[in-house]
Amino acid sequence: MRLDKAALIDRGSKLRFSFDGVGYTAHPGDTLASALMANGVRLVGRSFKYHRPRGVVAAGSDEPNALVTIGQGAEQDPNVRATVQEVFDGLSARSQNRWPSLGFDAMGVNDLFAPFLGAGFYYKTFMWPKAFWEKLYEPVIRRAAGLGALSGLPNEAKYEKAFAYCDLLVIGAGPAGLMAALSAARAGADVILADEDARMGGRLLAETGEVDGRPGVEWAEATIAELTQMPNVRLMPRTTVTGAYDQGTFGALERVASHLADPPADMPRECFWRIVARAAVLAGGALERQIAFQNNDRPGIMTASAARAYANRWAVAPGRRVAVFGNNAGIYQTARDLMAAGIEVPVVVDTREGAAEDVGTRVIEGAVVAGADGRKGVREIVVRRPNGAVRFAAEGLAVSGGWNPAVHLTCHMGGRPEWDAELAAFVPRRGAVPGLFPAGAARGVFGTAGCLADGARVADEALTALGHKPQALNVPRAEDGAYDIAPMWVVPGKGRAWLDFQNDVTAKDVRQAAAENFQSVEHMKRYTTQGMATDQGKGSSVQALAILADATGRTVSETGTTTFRPPYSPVSIAAMGAGGQGKGFAPERLTTSHAATLEMGAPMMEAGLWYRPSYFPKAGETTWREACDREAAMVRDSVGVCDVSTLGKIDIQGPGAAALLDFVYTGTFSTLKEGRVRYGLMLREDGTVMDDGTTARIGPQHYVMTTTTAAAGQVMQHLDFVTQCLRPDLDVAFTSVTEHWAQFAVAGPRAKELLEGLCDGPIDLPFMGCGPVSVGGLAGRLFRISFSGEHAYEIALPARYGDALFRALVARAEELGGGAYGMEALNVLRIEKGFITHAEIHGRVTAFDVGMQGMVSAKKDCVGKTMSQRAGLMDPGRERLVGLRPVDGGELPMIGGAHLFAEGDAPVRVNDQGYITSVAFCPALGESRALGFLKRGPDRMGERIKAVDHVRGETVICEVVDPVAFDREGGRLRD
Amino acid sequence: MIDLTLTAPLEGRAPVELGATTLAAADPGPLTLIMPFAGQTEATGAALEAAIGLGVPPVGQTRTAGDVRVIWFGRNQWLVAGAQVAADVPAAVTDQSDGWVAVTLAGPLAADTLARLTPIDLRPASFGPGATARTDLQHMPASITRIGAEAFLILTFRSMAQTLWHDLADALRGVAARQGG
Repeated sequence: MRLDKAALIDRGSKLRFSFDGVGYTAHPGDTLASALMANGVRLVGRSFKYHRPRGVVAAGSDEPNALVTIGQGAEQDPNVRATVQEVFDGLSARSQNRWPSLGFDAMGVNDLFAPFLGAGFYYKTFMWPKAFWEKLYEPVIRRAAGLGALSGLPNEAKYEKAFAYCDLLVIGAGPAGLMAALSAARAGADVILADEDARMGGRLLAETGEVDGRPGVEWAEATIAELTQMPNVRLMPRTTVTGAYDQGTFGALERVASHLADPPADMPRECFWRIVARAAVLAGGALERQIAFQNNDRPGIMTASAARAYANRWAVAPGRRVAVFGNNAGIYQTARDLMAAGIEVPVVVDTREGAAEDVGTRVIEGAVVAGADGRKGVREIVVRRPNGAVRFAAEGLAVSGGWNPAVHLTCHMGGRPEWDAELAAFVPRRGAVPGLFPAGAARGVFGTAGCLADGARVADEALTALGHKPQALNVPRAEDGAYDIAPMWVVPGKGRAWLDFQNDVTAKDVRQAAAENFQSVEHMKRYTTQGMATDQGKGSSVQALAILADATGRTVSETGTTTFRPPYSPVSIAAMGAGGQGKGFAPERLTTSHAATLEMGAPMMEAGLWYRPSYFPKAGETTWREACDREAAMVRDSVGVCDVSTLGKIDIQGPGAAALLDFVYTGTFSTLKEGRVRYGLMLREDGTVMDDGTTARIGPQHYVMTTTTAAAGQVMQHLDFVTQCLRPDLDVAFTSVTEHWAQFAVAGPRAKELLEGLCDGPIDLPFMGCGPVSVGGLAGRLFRISFSGEHAYEIALPARYGDALFRALVARAEELGGGAYGMEALNVLRIEKGFITHAEIHGRVTAFDVGMQGMVSAKKDCVGKTMSQRAGLMDPGRERLVGLRPVDGGELPMIGGAHLFAEGDAPVRVNDQGYITSVAFCPALGESRALGFLKRGPDRMGERIKAVDHVRGETVICEVVDPVAFDREGGRLRD
Repeated sequence: MIDLTLTAPLEGRAPVELGATTLAAADPGPLTLIMPFAGQTEATGAALEAAIGLGVPPVGQTRTAGDVRVIWFGRNQWLVAGAQVAADVPAAVTDQSDGWVAVTLAGPLAADTLARLTPIDLRPASFGPGATARTDLQHMPASITRIGAEAFLILTFRSMAQTLWHDLADALRGVAARQGG
């Protein structure tokens, strides 16, 4: 019901929205919760477990009941708090966890079985038969219980993440936060003021008290206006600080577009901020709790502060008659505010004796509300005194059981809050999060005047810690009544008194947990699920602890508390992962030949972050194998061109360059002559092979190392580690030049002919030679190295010429009967030659395993040498590199990953003899060839072995052969 | 003799202009990485000073004269942009002209745009004109230099040019959308 009074809404303009398909109107300034209340909608959701009808109980993000789904299709957003969601024109909201409708929910039948569904029900009931859990019980329970659902579709909406820095982060823009921000801003600090609400001001927007002789709202507006003008202040409304992390880092979720009817296409829906602050003031206020009694979850029953907020800020109420119940002085302010707003307050029920104030209506002291009637909305309340019970008609009930400081962020780094018996609340432990200073209600200083003064004082404390000189700030005048709380947690009596509305936990559940010896708070929490819902028990955990304390004969302080973890309120995964969806997950690295390769119709494969061509299809070819076979044969017969720019290239210079290479490679590079290239094997410190590649000496103190594509980053990191930590004595400098050079392999009997037609002079390099080359007057590098077993070169020019050079090389190759070849053919060629890649040096094999122990120089030390010589790593019985061919020739119908077994053995784990790492059909051999690792492999040449691919269900008998199948003498390379 | 045409890493990319902020491909000229040998930093600075009029700046800083810039580029590394380094300096000298793609992001939304992608503190007091950092840009390794009150020079690996452009343009559009434009 909308009240006829002034409020912070724009009555001059109307917004249309719908809830469960029914159209309503609202005003700018309304939340979905206030707008529903204005339209007389009290029933807004069904509870998690029992499907009980529920209404709005809070006015902020602590709302446990009023969770709705906003939006349709992929962008459907479940569990949105109606108390946070601003109404916009066209907003469409749906209730959750009900079927077929909110008014008639068939699952409401669960409530009738409540006596059987209490704490520990699942554990006791569904333990047997064991197999039933996954197949029957869990699916049924999940369907019956739950909140909103995701669409299951990929969410294409734009989300954003961002970073911000400041001297002082002020969390919360109520009286304490505004004073803290003002004080810090005037002192010249960089300030970020973040507030969860669309409008800053905190409780000043919801209360009627004056600040500095004018309404609190006006003071807040004036203060915000001043802050807005200051260049050193950033105001962040609609921003919830969700977590406190190490070294002054805070997570914060900003709602950017979720309140707009028609946001610009590029506007992100939400932004997840990482804010790094030298210090922070936690001025997040306090959250009011209720007192539990029978049926205290009926729609229309809410916290007293929420009732005041709805009446004062939004001019709405759950009905014409709203009763008030509580254990502290705040109930009288509530009654006054509601009556001033034109609401009838039939009774104020005060649990205390002798504290009544004259508010112009009936006050009953020493009494409790013992029950509520009205299933889908409260109709009547039962007020009980020692001498009997009285019923009052009421459409709403405002309840105050006291306030809980919002200590959540102070718990995020392991700190537990302390019990303050006088306040009957947990307050932050001092220093719980370094650099985080709680202020105002967040540390138990209640009341406007208290918060104003405390905000200024705590900001000064924080500023002093930062070395700023605080400015003396006049604290504006305000009046605070007494708090005067007399703790009461639950009204004794029959029936279910609700604590955790989100998880449907009652006072009886907590007592039952204690009775069944789940007496630790942590056990009680898990046994009952109290506080384990998305609100982390904001409105209920303290009552539950107090009941547990009572049931176990301890004080609350002795009982202790569970803790709060980030996030303070739920954060969508989409916001945290912003920018990382799909291809945003990692950058794409494209070679200079990328465009030309695509033009040639080559399908691309990913090699780390790089994209490389699989093969270059020709007209008439229908399978990749046809293209691959043709390309492999082409390299053997004429000439092929392949982009090898993705291999890591590291430029190494300085007097210590040779010594560094000798230290990181198993072989010796100090003896390598200028203009020559040598193959090298690099070990990890544990003696396992890290990487292999060639290194060229291009000057007396100048080398160029190549790495595999996969290990380029790892090798660079390794060199940094070696030079900074193991050999800081070496005077050597190195840097990656991978990106500077476009490098192409030109391989085949006509490679030299091709290059001589392209380059500016004759080509005269011996095998494993290198030197400068000139192409069209441009200076490049030429290496005579081969990964195909053919007479081959790698030619490099600065990357800007890569595209042109690739096109020129391919065109000339085609003239000579060759062309471009892709990764598939490259793989075939190297398997024919028994050359290893990371398929073989996969991180578990040693130089000994790949038959390269002879390359570990005996004359010098190198990284990993000693460890590689451990007896276990030199055991001849190890799985060692071999070649494998099908005994009957033909093709091996399997790929890497197949396992090897003795011919007569069952293909089971205990009989395992080794495994296959690479397989290819080799056109040069007319049959398939595999590389793999076999126990005692090199000693078993000619033996028959059974290769079993369990995934594909294939078994083939193979012959163990030398890994080098083609041109074993290497004549073609050197020719 | 063959005539090879050159291709810029962001060939054909027209600038993205939103409001008064512009993302544009940049050509910082020749790039030479200078890594002084042991104990030779000062001598390297002096030799560079004599050759191009600029010495080596301290960590996180640049030195600029006209179009020539010396950018601190990491531990014991400086990148000379906009001039050939022909001088005999006691350092490892490596041509990196083709290893990096460069863009400029300039205008009132530039810093807010970068704040979507890089975790560094971009406030003028920490990162004023002339300041430089080696850092992450989204998932890319980057060099970011503030070359004006509202202007940044951004370098990353040449192979990542398209991702760089996509991520910066996307972030800029998101920031601009908040300004109502």
